[in-house]
Amino acid sequence: MRTIHVEEIIKNVKEMCIEANHYLTEDMIEALKRSVKEEEAPLGKQVLGQLEDNLEIASNDKIPICQDTGMAVVFLEVGQDVQVQGGLLTDAVNEGVRQGYEEGFLRKSVVGDPIFRENTKDNTPAVVHYDIVEGDQIKITVAPKGFGSENMSRIFMLKPADGIEGVKDAILTAVKDAGPNACPPMVIGVGIGGTFEKCALLAKKALTRPVNQRSSVSYVCEMEEELLDKINRTGIGPGGLGGSTTALAVNIDTYPTHIAGLPVAVNICCHVNRHCVRVL
Amino acid sequence: MDRYITAPYDDQTAKELHSGDYVYITGTIYTARDAAHKRMYEALEQGRELPFDISQNVIYYMGPSPARQGRPIGSAGPTTASRMDKYAPSLLDLGLKGMIGKGKRSDDVKKAIIRNGAVYFAAVGGAGALLSKSIISSEVIAYDDLGTEAIRKLQVKNFPVIVVIDSNGNNLYETAMERYKKD
Repeated sequence: MRTIHVEEIIKNVKEMCIEANHYLTEDMIEALKRSVKEEEAPLGKQVLGQLEDNLEIASNDKIPICQDTGMAVVFLEVGQDVQVQGGLLTDAVNEGVRQGYEEGFLRKSVVGDPIFRENTKDNTPAVVHYDIVEGDQIKITVAPKGFGSENMSRIFMLKPADGIEGVKDAILTAVKDAGPNACPPMVIGVGIGGTFEKCALLAKKALTRPVNQRSSVSYVCEMEEELLDKINRTGIGPGGLGGSTTALAVNIDTYPTHIAGLPVAVNICCHVNRHCVRVL
Repeated sequence: MDRYITAPYDDQTAKELHSGDYVYITGTIYTARDAAHKRMYEALEQGRELPFDISQNVIYYMGPSPARQGRPIGSAGPTTASRMDKYAPSLLDLGLKGMIGKGKRSDDVKKAIIRNGAVYFAAVGGAGALLSKSIISSEVIAYDDLGTEAIRKLQVKNFPVIVVIDSNGNNLYETAMERYKKD
């Protein structure tokens, strides 16, 4: 049994909140760079160029990429041969978020009660998802999620008879409805199957997959490519101001489901698709 | 077309801005987002004064991240404008001449824009670090307790925005999408 002290969790989560809000992953940077070259609309090209400059300024001057530094979504894959010492794991994650948002000059965007809406002033609590896995390590993914795009996300409880065409229609509907509100170019995370909450979780997690990595399931991979093409033909474009770069990727994951259902979740992310991964 | 304007501005300036124009704003603008709009709206309902004279002014839908030492502001990009749709027509009727945000507006807002000869601009969403460079100073002038949602008076220099809905009701989101759509 390996032991990991909560102090180590706190320190890493803190650093990861700051890192994720100032630097995108290489695959995202590359996808944006490529889009500047390929965009045909002059205004669209200008917007994409600004997004490229924005990333430079964010990393050089230590200014968050976006002022909406998100609600902290944290995925933890905990090896079952790890013992956490010194306190509760969830408390440690929240303490890391608290310190990261304070020390990193990140915006505190969380309200304690959804109706009364008083700001908690430290961006906690985080939304934490656990998986118990094999081994003696803990894999942490910190994915701060902005709400411009989160608000445009959807769940569709389709019928089995709707089939693959119904799924594609649902995804396109969600993206078209989102339009300029979701800060395109977007990244589209999709979960198909499972239950109501399982498909939403799949969709959220799909956003953490590199944008240049397609599904290993051949029909899913084809669907990802077809949908990306269709989305980029809608004309929405960068910033919703017209053009051929509406999305950078469609990442789809699937899970077995019930004989009576075909749940589809579409989690939309803006071009500031943030995540940071560490293994302890 | 590239345009350089000073804020606040008059009806004539608003009239000369057209959907699709790329505009650089210099001067004074005010920030307000969800919670500040709710408060201003309640103040008007109760017959109280607004915390600043909005006539001929521009409101930027924005809640910044905290400023590091020696800087006027943190990251400072636009938030989704549609959440302010409920409140915007009353403010436009009081003389508000411009709104900066991102995303679609309701028909009621569009009608109020036309009725009052105002303009809806978009700043590039998610470019908060870049946009912060055009903000010279920032001062909280009302609702301090709202934190990032407080009303701030900003001095801006060549702040880059795009006219989405002009005073005639032309909407760039609709025309541009139609233009670049492929069947």
